[in-house]
Amino acid sequence: MSSPGPSGPAAVHPSSTTLFSKEIVTSRASRGLEQFFFCHRGEVGLSILDLAGASQENINFITNLGHRLYSEDFVRTLDDIFGDEDPGDPARIEHFLRQTLSFEPGQFDGVLVWDVLQYLSPALLTATLERLRSIVRPQSYLLAYFHSDEKAQQVPFYSFRIKDQQHILLSQRGLRKPAQIFNNRSLEKLFQKFESVKFFLTREQLREVIVRR
Amino acid sequence: MSIFTKRSQEEVPPAPRPAAAPPSNPIEPKKEATPLSSMPFKTPEPPESTQRGQASIGKAVKINGQIYSKEDLYVDGDVEGTIELQEHRLTIGPNGKVHSSVKAREVVVLGNIQGNVDASDKLEIRKDARLVGDIKTARIIIEDGAYFKGSIDIVKPEPAKSNMAAQSRPQQAVPAAAASNAQGSAVAAEVKR
Repeated sequence: MSSPGPSGPAAVHPSSTTLFSKEIVTSRASRGLEQFFFCHRGEVGLSILDLAGASQENINFITNLGHRLYSEDFVRTLDDIFGDEDPGDPARIEHFLRQTLSFEPGQFDGVLVWDVLQYLSPALLTATLERLRSIVRPQSYLLAYFHSDEKAQQVPFYSFRIKDQQHILLSQRGLRKPAQIFNNRSLEKLFQKFESVKFFLTREQLREVIVRR
Repeated sequence: MSIFTKRSQEEVPPAPRPAAAPPSNPIEPKKEATPLSSMPFKTPEPPESTQRGQASIGKAVKINGQIYSKEDLYVDGDVEGTIELQEHRLTIGPNGKVHSSVKAREVVVLGNIQGNVDASDKLEIRKDARLVGDIKTARIIIEDGAYFKGSIDIVKPEPAKSNMAAQSRPQQAVPAAAASNAQGSAVAAEVKR
Protein backbone atom coordinates (compact mmCIF):
# COMPACT_ATOMS: atom_id res chain seq x y z
CA MET A 1 0.00 0.00 0.00
CA SER A 2 1.37 3.41 -0.90
CA SER A 3 1.15 5.83 2.00
CA PRO A 4 0.53 9.46 1.15
CA GLY A 5 3.45 10.70 3.19
CA PRO A 6 6.61 9.79 5.07
CA SER A 7 6.86 8.41 8.58
CA GLY A 8 6.48 10.73 11.57
CA PRO A 9 3.24 12.67 11.96
CA ALA A 10 0.41 10.86 10.22
CA ALA A 11 0.08 12.02 6.67
CA VAL A 12 -3.61 11.17 6.56
CA HIS A 13 -5.78 11.01 9.66
CA PRO A 14 -7.27 7.53 9.94
CA SER A 15 -10.75 8.79 10.66
CA SER A 16 -10.81 11.01 7.59
CA THR A 17 -9.70 8.70 4.85
CA THR A 18 -10.19 5.07 4.08
CA LEU A 19 -7.14 3.89 2.22
CA PHE A 20 -7.28 1.25 -0.43
CA SER A 21 -4.71 -1.47 -0.56
CA LYS A 22 -3.82 -0.51 -4.12
CA GLU A 23 -3.53 2.84 -5.81
CA ILE A 24 -5.58 3.07 -8.95
CA VAL A 25 -4.02 5.37 -11.51
CA THR A 26 -5.91 6.76 -14.48
CA SER A 27 -4.93 9.26 -17.10
CA ARG A 28 -7.54 11.60 -18.42
CA ALA A 29 -7.96 14.86 -20.21
CA SER A 30 -8.47 17.98 -18.13
CA ARG A 31 -9.99 21.02 -19.76
CA GLY A 32 -9.36 22.98 -16.60
CA LEU A 33 -5.65 22.19 -16.65
CA GLU A 34 -5.44 23.02 -20.32
CA GLN A 35 -7.15 26.34 -19.68
CA PHE A 36 -4.92 27.11 -16.72
CA PHE A 37 -1.72 26.75 -18.74
CA PHE A 38 -3.27 28.35 -21.81
CA CYS A 39 -3.83 31.45 -19.71
CA HIS A 40 -0.11 31.48 -18.88
CA ARG A 41 1.13 30.68 -22.37
CA GLY A 42 4.27 32.42 -23.47
CA GLU A 43 5.24 33.43 -19.98
CA VAL A 44 8.29 32.18 -18.10
CA GLY A 45 9.58 32.71 -14.62
CA LEU A 46 6.14 32.58 -13.00
CA SER A 47 5.63 31.46 -9.41
CA ILE A 48 3.15 28.60 -9.24
CA LEU A 49 1.83 27.22 -5.97
CA ASP A 50 0.88 23.52 -5.95
CA LEU A 51 -1.24 22.43 -3.00
CA ALA A 52 -1.08 18.72 -3.84
CA GLY A 53 2.34 18.17 -2.31
CA ALA A 54 5.54 17.54 -4.23
CA SER A 55 5.54 14.99 -7.01
CA GLN A 56 8.16 14.31 -9.66
CA GLU A 57 5.69 14.82 -12.47
CA ASN A 58 4.47 18.21 -11.32
CA ILE A 59 7.98 19.40 -10.54
CA ASN A 60 9.24 18.34 -13.97
CA PHE A 61 6.33 19.82 -15.85
CA ILE A 62 6.24 23.20 -14.19
CA THR A 63 10.00 23.74 -13.97
CA ASN A 64 10.44 22.64 -17.60
CA LEU A 65 8.12 25.51 -18.51
CA GLY A 66 10.66 27.78 -16.83
CA HIS A 67 8.57 28.53 -13.76
CA ARG A 68 9.35 28.38 -10.09
CA LEU A 69 7.28 25.88 -8.17
CA TYR A 70 6.18 26.17 -4.54
CA SER A 71 4.98 22.92 -3.07
CA GLU A 72 2.64 22.49 -0.12
CA ASP A 73 0.99 19.25 1.01
CA PHE A 74 -2.23 20.95 2.07
CA VAL A 75 -4.33 17.93 3.04
CA ARG A 76 -1.50 16.32 4.98
CA THR A 77 -1.02 19.46 7.05
CA LEU A 78 -4.79 19.72 7.48
CA ASP A 79 -4.85 16.27 9.06
CA ASP A 80 -1.76 16.94 11.15
CA ILE A 81 -3.17 20.14 12.65
CA PHE A 82 -6.87 19.39 12.92
CA GLY A 83 -7.19 15.63 13.15
CA ASP A 84 -10.30 15.11 15.28
CA GLU A 85 -10.20 18.64 16.70
CA ASP A 86 -12.84 21.30 16.18
CA PRO A 87 -12.38 22.45 12.57
CA GLY A 88 -13.89 25.83 13.42
CA ASP A 89 -11.42 26.75 16.16
CA PRO A 90 -10.12 30.20 15.09
CA ALA A 91 -6.72 29.74 16.75
CA ARG A 92 -6.21 26.45 15.00
CA ILE A 93 -7.35 27.94 11.70
CA GLU A 94 -4.82 30.76 12.03
CA HIS A 95 -2.10 28.28 12.93
CA PHE A 96 -3.00 26.17 9.91
CA LEU A 97 -2.84 29.14 7.54
CA ARG A 98 0.50 30.19 8.99
CA GLN A 99 1.83 26.71 8.30
CA THR A 100 0.49 26.40 4.76
CA LEU A 101 -0.17 29.77 3.14
CA SER A 102 2.21 32.18 4.82
CA PHE A 103 3.36 34.12 1.76
CA GLU A 104 3.71 37.70 0.62
CA PRO A 105 0.67 39.42 -0.94
CA GLY A 106 0.57 38.88 -4.70
CA GLN A 107 3.47 36.44 -4.60
CA PHE A 108 1.95 33.87 -6.92
CA ASP A 109 1.01 33.94 -10.58
CA GLY A 110 -1.11 30.81 -10.36
CA VAL A 111 -2.32 28.22 -7.87
CA LEU A 112 -3.08 24.56 -8.46
CA VAL A 113 -5.64 24.06 -5.73
CA TRP A 114 -6.84 20.64 -6.99
CA ASP A 115 -9.60 19.23 -4.74
CA VAL A 116 -8.42 20.39 -1.31
CA LEU A 117 -11.10 23.02 -0.76
CA GLN A 118 -13.91 20.48 -0.49
CA TYR A 119 -12.32 18.97 2.62
CA LEU A 120 -12.34 22.24 4.55
CA SER A 121 -15.00 23.14 7.10
CA PRO A 122 -16.98 26.31 6.29
CA ALA A 123 -14.99 28.56 8.64
CA LEU A 124 -11.66 27.19 7.44
CA LEU A 125 -12.76 27.38 3.82
CA THR A 126 -13.69 31.05 4.11
CA ALA A 127 -10.38 31.90 5.76
CA THR A 128 -8.43 29.87 3.20
CA LEU A 129 -10.07 31.55 0.24
CA GLU A 130 -9.39 34.94 1.76
CA ARG A 131 -5.73 34.01 2.16
CA LEU A 132 -5.49 32.58 -1.36
CA ARG A 133 -6.99 35.75 -2.75
CA SER A 134 -4.36 37.82 -1.01
CA ILE A 135 -1.32 35.78 -2.07
CA VAL A 136 -2.12 35.63 -5.80
CA ARG A 137 -1.57 38.67 -7.96
CA PRO A 138 -4.55 40.25 -9.73
CA GLN A 139 -5.46 38.68 -13.09
CA SER A 140 -3.89 35.37 -12.10
CA TYR A 141 -5.69 32.02 -12.08
CA LEU A 142 -6.55 29.24 -9.69
CA LEU A 143 -7.49 25.71 -10.75
CA ALA A 144 -9.77 23.82 -8.36
CA TYR A 145 -11.65 20.52 -8.56
CA PHE A 146 -14.88 19.65 -6.76
CA HIS A 147 -16.82 16.42 -6.67
CA SER A 148 -20.28 16.95 -8.07
CA ASP A 149 -22.19 14.01 -6.57
CA GLU A 150 -24.27 15.81 -3.94
CA LYS A 151 -25.44 12.57 -2.39
CA ALA A 152 -22.00 11.08 -1.79
CA GLN A 153 -21.05 10.47 1.82
CA GLN A 154 -17.49 9.76 0.79
CA VAL A 155 -15.66 10.72 -2.39
CA PRO A 156 -12.56 9.33 -4.07
CA PHE A 157 -9.43 10.83 -2.57
CA TYR A 158 -7.08 11.57 -5.44
CA SER A 159 -3.52 12.66 -5.92
CA PHE A 160 -3.21 14.82 -9.00
CA ARG A 161 -0.17 14.70 -11.21
CA ILE A 162 0.35 16.56 -14.43
CA LYS A 163 1.06 14.34 -17.40
CA ASP A 164 1.09 17.10 -19.98
CA GLN A 165 -0.65 20.36 -20.69
CA GLN A 166 -3.98 18.63 -21.38
CA HIS A 167 -3.84 15.51 -19.23
CA ILE A 168 -3.60 14.60 -15.60
CA LEU A 169 -2.84 11.36 -13.80
CA LEU A 170 -5.40 10.61 -11.15
CA SER A 171 -4.17 8.31 -8.45
CA GLN A 172 -7.00 7.24 -6.19
CA ARG A 173 -5.69 6.58 -2.73
CA GLY A 174 -8.97 5.82 -1.03
CA LEU A 175 -12.16 7.49 0.04
CA ARG A 176 -12.57 10.62 2.11
CA LYS A 177 -15.52 12.43 3.59
CA PRO A 178 -15.86 15.90 2.10
CA ALA A 179 -16.81 18.77 4.39
CA GLN A 180 -19.22 20.08 1.76
CA ILE A 181 -20.45 19.18 -1.71
CA PHE A 182 -20.90 22.11 -4.10
CA ASN A 183 -23.07 22.74 -7.12
CA ASN A 184 -22.49 25.49 -9.68
CA ARG A 185 -24.51 28.05 -7.77
CA SER A 186 -22.74 27.42 -4.48
CA LEU A 187 -19.41 27.60 -6.27
CA GLU A 188 -20.29 30.95 -7.77
CA LYS A 189 -21.14 32.16 -4.32
CA LEU A 190 -17.96 30.67 -2.92
CA PHE A 191 -15.79 32.63 -5.35
CA GLN A 192 -17.88 35.79 -5.39
CA LYS A 193 -14.93 37.95 -4.33
CA PHE A 194 -12.94 36.80 -7.36
CA GLU A 195 -13.25 38.35 -10.79
CA SER A 196 -14.65 35.35 -12.68
CA VAL A 197 -15.40 31.65 -12.46
CA LYS A 198 -15.48 29.16 -15.31
CA PHE A 199 -16.75 25.57 -14.99
CA PHE A 200 -15.92 22.36 -16.82
CA LEU A 201 -17.89 19.24 -15.93
CA THR A 202 -15.94 16.09 -16.57
CA ARG A 203 -15.98 12.37 -15.96
CA GLU A 204 -15.51 10.87 -12.50
CA GLN A 205 -18.12 13.46 -11.40
CA LEU A 206 -15.41 16.03 -10.99
CA ARG A 207 -16.21 19.65 -11.62
CA GLU A 208 -13.19 21.63 -12.78
CA VAL A 209 -13.17 25.31 -11.97
CA ILE A 210 -10.93 28.06 -13.29
CA VAL A 211 -11.07 31.11 -11.06
CA ARG A 212 -9.60 34.44 -12.01
CA ARG A 213 -8.38 36.71 -9.26
CA MET B 1 124.00 -6.72 2.42
CA SER B 2 120.61 -6.48 3.93
CA ILE B 3 118.73 -9.66 4.36
CA PHE B 4 115.55 -7.77 4.23
CA THR B 5 114.00 -7.58 0.91
CA LYS B 6 113.44 -4.11 -0.05
CA ARG B 7 109.76 -3.78 -0.41
CA SER B 8 108.49 -2.51 -3.56
CA GLN B 9 106.96 0.79 -3.19
CA GLU B 10 104.06 -0.57 -5.15
CA GLU B 11 103.33 -3.21 -2.65
CA VAL B 12 100.76 -2.03 -0.24
CA PRO B 13 100.21 -4.13 2.73
CA PRO B 14 96.57 -5.18 2.97
CA ALA B 15 94.59 -3.18 5.44
CA PRO B 16 93.98 -5.11 8.55
CA ARG B 17 90.46 -6.58 8.59
CA PRO B 18 88.28 -5.10 11.26
CA ALA B 19 87.46 -7.48 14.00
CA ALA B 20 84.06 -9.15 13.50
CA ALA B 21 81.34 -7.80 15.74
CA PRO B 22 80.48 -10.18 18.44
CA PRO B 23 77.17 -11.96 17.84
CA SER B 24 74.28 -10.42 19.78
CA ASN B 25 72.85 -12.49 22.52
CA PRO B 26 69.25 -13.25 21.46
CA ILE B 27 68.32 -14.06 24.98
CA GLU B 28 69.28 -10.67 26.35
CA PRO B 29 66.09 -8.58 26.81
CA LYS B 30 65.86 -5.21 25.13
CA LYS B 31 65.51 -2.27 27.37
CA GLU B 32 62.29 -0.40 26.60
CA ALA B 33 62.37 3.37 26.75
CA THR B 34 58.61 3.73 27.08
CA PRO B 35 56.15 1.28 28.56
CA LEU B 36 53.92 -0.50 26.07
CA SER B 37 50.32 -1.44 26.52
CA SER B 38 49.65 -5.03 27.27
CA MET B 39 47.07 -5.14 24.47
CA PRO B 40 48.46 -6.15 21.11
CA PHE B 41 48.82 -3.12 18.90
CA LYS B 42 46.57 -3.23 15.84
CA THR B 43 46.19 -0.53 13.27
CA PRO B 44 42.47 0.26 13.16
CA GLU B 45 41.03 -0.19 9.72
CA PRO B 46 39.29 2.92 8.51
CA PRO B 47 35.56 2.55 8.06
CA GLU B 48 34.48 1.67 4.59
CA SER B 49 33.14 5.17 3.99
CA THR B 50 36.52 6.81 4.57
CA GLN B 51 38.23 4.19 2.46
CA ARG B 52 36.20 5.63 -0.43
CA GLY B 53 37.12 9.20 0.50
CA GLN B 54 33.93 10.06 2.40
CA ALA B 55 33.83 11.57 5.87
CA SER B 56 31.08 10.48 8.22
CA ILE B 57 29.14 11.97 11.14
CA GLY B 58 27.53 9.20 13.18
CA LYS B 59 24.02 9.22 14.57
CA ALA B 60 25.16 9.89 18.12
CA VAL B 61 27.04 13.04 17.10
CA LYS B 62 25.62 16.52 17.38
CA ILE B 63 27.38 19.46 15.77
CA ASN B 64 26.50 23.09 16.18
CA GLY B 65 28.50 25.25 13.78
CA GLN B 66 29.84 25.43 10.26
CA ILE B 67 31.05 22.42 8.34
CA TYR B 68 33.28 22.76 5.30
CA SER B 69 34.40 19.62 3.52
CA LYS B 70 36.65 18.91 0.58
CA GLU B 71 35.44 15.34 0.31
CA ASP B 72 32.10 13.55 0.27
CA LEU B 73 30.26 13.69 3.59
CA TYR B 74 27.71 11.36 5.18
CA VAL B 75 25.67 12.86 8.02
CA ASP B 76 23.62 10.58 10.21
CA GLY B 77 23.66 12.79 13.31
CA ASP B 78 22.37 16.24 14.22
CA VAL B 79 23.82 19.31 12.58
CA GLU B 80 22.82 22.87 13.23
CA GLY B 81 24.56 25.61 11.28
CA THR B 82 25.82 25.42 7.70
CA ILE B 83 27.22 22.61 5.60
CA GLU B 84 29.28 23.37 2.54
CA LEU B 85 30.87 20.90 0.13
CA GLN B 86 31.50 22.76 -3.07
CA GLU B 87 32.45 19.93 -5.42
CA HIS B 88 31.35 16.90 -3.43
CA ARG B 89 28.38 14.87 -2.39
CA LEU B 90 26.44 15.24 0.84
CA THR B 91 24.30 12.35 2.04
CA ILE B 92 21.88 12.81 4.92
CA GLY B 93 21.36 9.38 6.40
CA PRO B 94 18.03 8.07 7.67
CA ASN B 95 18.84 9.26 11.22
CA GLY B 96 20.27 12.55 10.07
CA LYS B 97 18.63 15.77 11.25
CA VAL B 98 20.05 18.87 9.66
CA HIS B 99 18.87 22.34 10.63
CA SER B 100 21.06 24.32 8.37
CA SER B 101 21.62 25.66 4.92
CA VAL B 102 23.33 23.18 2.66
CA LYS B 103 25.54 23.72 -0.34
CA ALA B 104 27.08 20.86 -2.33
CA ARG B 105 27.52 19.48 -5.81
CA GLU B 106 25.10 16.68 -5.07
CA VAL B 107 22.75 16.10 -2.14
CA VAL B 108 20.98 12.87 -1.24
CA VAL B 109 18.40 13.04 1.54
CA LEU B 110 17.21 9.98 3.39
CA GLY B 111 16.59 11.82 6.68
CA ASN B 112 15.53 15.29 7.60
CA ILE B 113 16.63 18.71 6.37
CA GLN B 114 15.20 21.98 7.55
CA GLY B 115 16.95 24.68 5.60
CA ASN B 116 17.70 25.85 2.10
CA VAL B 117 19.53 23.49 -0.23
CA ASP B 118 21.81 24.54 -3.07
CA ALA B 119 22.86 21.45 -5.06
CA SER B 120 24.67 22.57 -8.18
CA ASP B 121 24.29 19.20 -9.95
CA LYS B 122 21.56 17.08 -8.39
CA LEU B 123 19.25 16.68 -5.42
CA GLU B 124 17.58 13.41 -4.46
CA ILE B 125 14.85 13.20 -1.86
CA ARG B 126 14.22 9.60 -1.05
CA LYS B 127 11.08 7.95 0.24
CA ASP B 128 10.43 8.75 3.93
CA ALA B 129 12.78 11.73 3.77
CA ARG B 130 11.67 15.19 4.74
CA LEU B 131 12.90 18.51 3.38
CA VAL B 132 11.52 21.86 4.37
CA GLY B 133 13.21 24.79 2.68
CA ASP B 134 13.93 26.35 -0.67
CA ILE B 135 15.79 24.35 -3.29
CA LYS B 136 18.14 25.50 -5.99
CA THR B 137 19.48 22.75 -8.25
CA ALA B 138 20.03 21.60 -11.81
CA ARG B 139 18.13 18.35 -11.34
CA ILE B 140 15.80 17.00 -8.71
CA ILE B 141 14.56 13.50 -8.04
CA ILE B 142 11.80 13.04 -5.50
CA GLU B 143 10.45 9.63 -4.65
CA ASP B 144 6.84 8.87 -3.79
CA GLY B 145 6.45 9.06 -0.04
CA ALA B 146 8.97 11.87 0.37
CA TYR B 147 7.80 15.10 1.98
CA PHE B 148 8.84 18.44 0.59
CA LYS B 149 7.66 21.92 1.44
CA GLY B 150 9.21 24.95 -0.17
CA SER B 151 10.17 26.39 -3.53
CA ILE B 152 12.11 24.80 -6.35
CA ASP B 153 14.36 26.76 -8.70
CA ILE B 154 15.94 24.73 -11.49
CA VAL B 155 19.23 26.28 -12.50
CA LYS B 156 20.91 24.54 -15.42
CA PRO B 157 24.68 24.91 -15.71
CA GLU B 158 25.88 26.96 -18.67
CA PRO B 159 27.45 24.87 -21.45
CA ALA B 160 31.24 25.17 -21.82
CA LYS B 161 32.04 28.12 -24.07
CA SER B 162 35.12 26.49 -25.58
CA ASN B 163 33.11 23.50 -26.78
CA MET B 164 30.51 25.72 -28.29
CA ALA B 165 33.18 27.78 -30.10
CA ALA B 166 34.92 24.65 -31.46
CA GLN B 167 31.67 23.23 -32.74
CA SER B 168 30.63 26.47 -34.38
CA ARG B 169 33.84 26.92 -36.42
CA PRO B 170 33.28 24.14 -38.99
CA GLN B 171 29.70 25.25 -39.42
CA GLN B 172 30.82 28.82 -40.02
CA ALA B 173 33.49 27.61 -42.48
CA VAL B 174 31.05 25.73 -44.75
CA PRO B 175 29.40 28.74 -46.40
CA ALA B 176 32.85 30.18 -47.20
CA ALA B 177 33.88 27.14 -49.27
CA ALA B 178 32.92 28.84 -52.52
CA ALA B 179 35.32 31.73 -51.95
CA SER B 180 38.76 32.27 -53.53
CA ASN B 181 41.65 29.82 -53.23
CA ALA B 182 43.30 31.83 -50.52
CA GLN B 183 40.16 31.80 -48.54
CA GLY B 184 39.60 28.14 -49.44
CA SER B 185 42.92 27.16 -47.93
CA ALA B 186 42.01 29.07 -44.81
CA VAL B 187 38.66 27.31 -44.72
CA ALA B 188 40.35 23.94 -45.20
CA ALA B 189 42.62 24.70 -42.27
CA GLU B 190 39.63 25.54 -40.13
CA VAL B 191 37.74 22.42 -41.16
CA LYS B 192 40.73 20.28 -40.24
CA ARG B 193 40.49 21.54 -36.76
